[in-house]
Amino acid sequence: MIPEIGLAALWLAAALAALQLLGGLLGAGENGHPLAGVVRPAAVLQAGLCGLSFLCLLYVFALTDLSVLLVANNSHSMKPLIFKLAGAWGNHEGSMLLWVTVMALAGGAIALIERRLPERTMLATLGAQAFVGLGFYAFLLLSSNPFERLVPVPPEGNGLNPLLQDIGLAFHPPTLYVGYVGLSVAFSFAVGALLTRSVTPEFARVMRPWVLGAWIFLTIGITAGSYWAYYELGWGGWWFWDPVENASLMPWLAATALLHSASVLAARDALRTWTIMLGVVAFSMSMVGTFLVRSGILTSVHAFAVDPERGSFILALLAINIGGALAVFATRASTVSEGERFSPMSREGALVVNNVMLSAILGIVLLGTLYPLLTEAFDVKVSVGPPYFDPVGAIFFYPMLAVLVIGPLLRWRKDSFARVKWPVLIAAALGLAVLVAAALLSDISLLALLGLALSVAVAVSSFVPLRGRSLRRLPIAVWGMCIGHFGLAVALFGMSADSAFQQERLIASNVGDVVNIGPWQARLDAVKPAAGPNWVAMEAEMKVSYQGGEWRDARPQARHFWTPPQETSEVALITRWNGQLYVAIGNQTQDGRWQLRLWWKPFVTWIWYGGLLIALGGSLALVGRVAGDLRRRSAKGKLAERREEQEASA
Amino acid sequence: MRKVRIGLWVLVGIAAFLFGLFAYQLSQPKDEFVKSAMIGQGIPAFDLPAATASRPALSSADLADGKPKLLNIFASWCVPCAAEAPQLAELERAGATIVGVAIRDREEDVDRFLATYGNPFARIGRDDISEVQLSLGSSGVPETFVIDGQGRITYQHIGDIRPEQVSTILEELRKAGA
Repeated sequence: MIPEIGLAALWLAAALAALQLLGGLLGAGENGHPLAGVVRPAAVLQAGLCGLSFLCLLYVFALTDLSVLLVANNSHSMKPLIFKLAGAWGNHEGSMLLWVTVMALAGGAIALIERRLPERTMLATLGAQAFVGLGFYAFLLLSSNPFERLVPVPPEGNGLNPLLQDIGLAFHPPTLYVGYVGLSVAFSFAVGALLTRSVTPEFARVMRPWVLGAWIFLTIGITAGSYWAYYELGWGGWWFWDPVENASLMPWLAATALLHSASVLAARDALRTWTIMLGVVAFSMSMVGTFLVRSGILTSVHAFAVDPERGSFILALLAINIGGALAVFATRASTVSEGERFSPMSREGALVVNNVMLSAILGIVLLGTLYPLLTEAFDVKVSVGPPYFDPVGAIFFYPMLAVLVIGPLLRWRKDSFARVKWPVLIAAALGLAVLVAAALLSDISLLALLGLALSVAVAVSSFVPLRGRSLRRLPIAVWGMCIGHFGLAVALFGMSADSAFQQERLIASNVGDVVNIGPWQARLDAVKPAAGPNWVAMEAEMKVSYQGGEWRDARPQARHFWTPPQETSEVALITRWNGQLYVAIGNQTQDGRWQLRLWWKPFVTWIWYGGLLIALGGSLALVGRVAGDLRRRSAKGKLAERREEQEASA
Repeated sequence: MRKVRIGLWVLVGIAAFLFGLFAYQLSQPKDEFVKSAMIGQGIPAFDLPAATASRPALSSADLADGKPKLLNIFASWCVPCAAEAPQLAELERAGATIVGVAIRDREEDVDRFLATYGNPFARIGRDDISEVQLSLGSSGVPETFVIDGQGRITYQHIGDIRPEQVSTILEELRKAGA
């Protein structure tokens, strides 16, 4: 019964989306339409129904109702409850239901809360949201029904994949999904504003918190995914330029550019067409990412179930949505006037550099990700990796950081270098000092060297905007900006330090041997078998000591799972404030010694601390913006009240 | 406005190019499965205990008795294995000798599975730690191997056998000398 309720709710939600689209289109016309009144209620009700449908799915997974095909294929009665629930979205059908649910919730929230834009624009926006939503409803209901029944009911489920029983993996995909889908709001706002010719600063102010929200989730998702790959894959790396990783990075790059261009539009009424274009591109990148991951046309270390038919469906949606948006853009672009002018030496000028550089990096990542696909069409198999992405990306990333040292200090519209000379020179001098010192100290690569220098310069300059201002009365959003930029510097420092100073040793060790790596000593005491519920492992009992200090335990394992058969490496991580010791155990050699891989990775953890700081900065900015809007709204309300009173008494 | 127009055309160009590339690649068949490196080679020696009282046990010697066979790797806990049961029955009716290897299974579960979905197997071995499965180069259930009379693997089918694939399997079996 419960699965049928879920399915019925989904069909009803789809019908409401159709109604919402119709009402939105008719209502957005010049003269309005009586059906316009149903748009907001339809959006809210649709959100409720999707939420109900998703709860139904969670329910059948929690109970392991094996009469539902999806549960039988992806769950197992012996799994812990948390992984049963995570199993609900850890598959194609469930993740698509999560997609439409998040989309419907976002649409419902806009319909409920957002009243600042002209009603026509809002109707067009909600109509666009319903249009995109309908495509995914069709996908779910016609070819990926999550509630399909299975006859006969099997005695047990088929999903006990141990690799997926990881708490990080359970919550990492939905976090990214919320980010991906949240960008649909930016897309809908852009289309809505274009359709009703109201690309205004107010539009940017309204759109910005939604983009920020999605962007925060993307940031956290990417950071967490990077750490997961680092400790789970056992290769000591934290970013592999894998297609699936790139698929999450590309929407983030576009959304980052969009955030910055939206703030130009909001504050200065400039970059109108550019902001609209980025709104379309950001969500397009989400869909391209989803397509690449779900269609399986790219080979990746992340093995997803692949199905060409699903790929075709997503591709068709991609073509309809992007094609439609570009068509609207083509017919309306001439009605968007150019906006305010500004001099290159201004806050806007710096933000334009930011946007151009981010777009260039986006293009580079897109090209590198798709290049193997392109050459494969000519029967040439290539793989594109760090030797391309690192230096080519840095060509644009580093100049962008150089501009970031000065950009936040500049005034809007027009400024002179002389005014901000001293803080910039100090930051540059510190960066240069680090560069020279690091170059003299050891032989490290140019990229890492520049990275270290720039990270120091950006870190110092990121807090200069606070100078001379009352810290207590400073808007929270400014704090957000400073902390976000500081986080970027911290992450870059971690990346550069790890690449410059990491030490690696691969040795075959006898029990009792002591190995030196960097400032660490490691001793292999014993190798013993260990067993878990669905694996057996060889566990190394090791003691490690930093600069001759106390001995601490390190227990890396080489695990062997049997359903399905798979070898994994459980690394031992010893964390200090200034880095991590990373120990992995491999196979036994012919003569009885054990292969050990050790890395000393200075400041590597700063990469993820930096990522979290960036997300924190975004969260502060979001809180600041929303609080500011609420204050303004209540102030406006009070003014209106007072005016009414005055009019009444007059 | 000119700039915007050019930018728009660039975007349209990029989008059209991407769609073309994606659509082309989607239409191309993909090697999604890891084929066993053992194809064309003799099967490794093994001697498995019987998985059920109703059928004899299975060893590698049973597979080199001069008669080509199908070796089906299955498990009672595997849903696609139940789905391919009618096709195995059809193969048996067509004269194929089928031997089974039950992966990580219990006798009572195997018996229940065979009672529900039919028993086309001449012999069934029990592989509790997937060692025979792994040594054959198989990575999942169900999989079906064609073994010629000398105990050499000539063909590997990954996944459940669909009705339209029965004729392919029979053809492979015929090529192996049946």
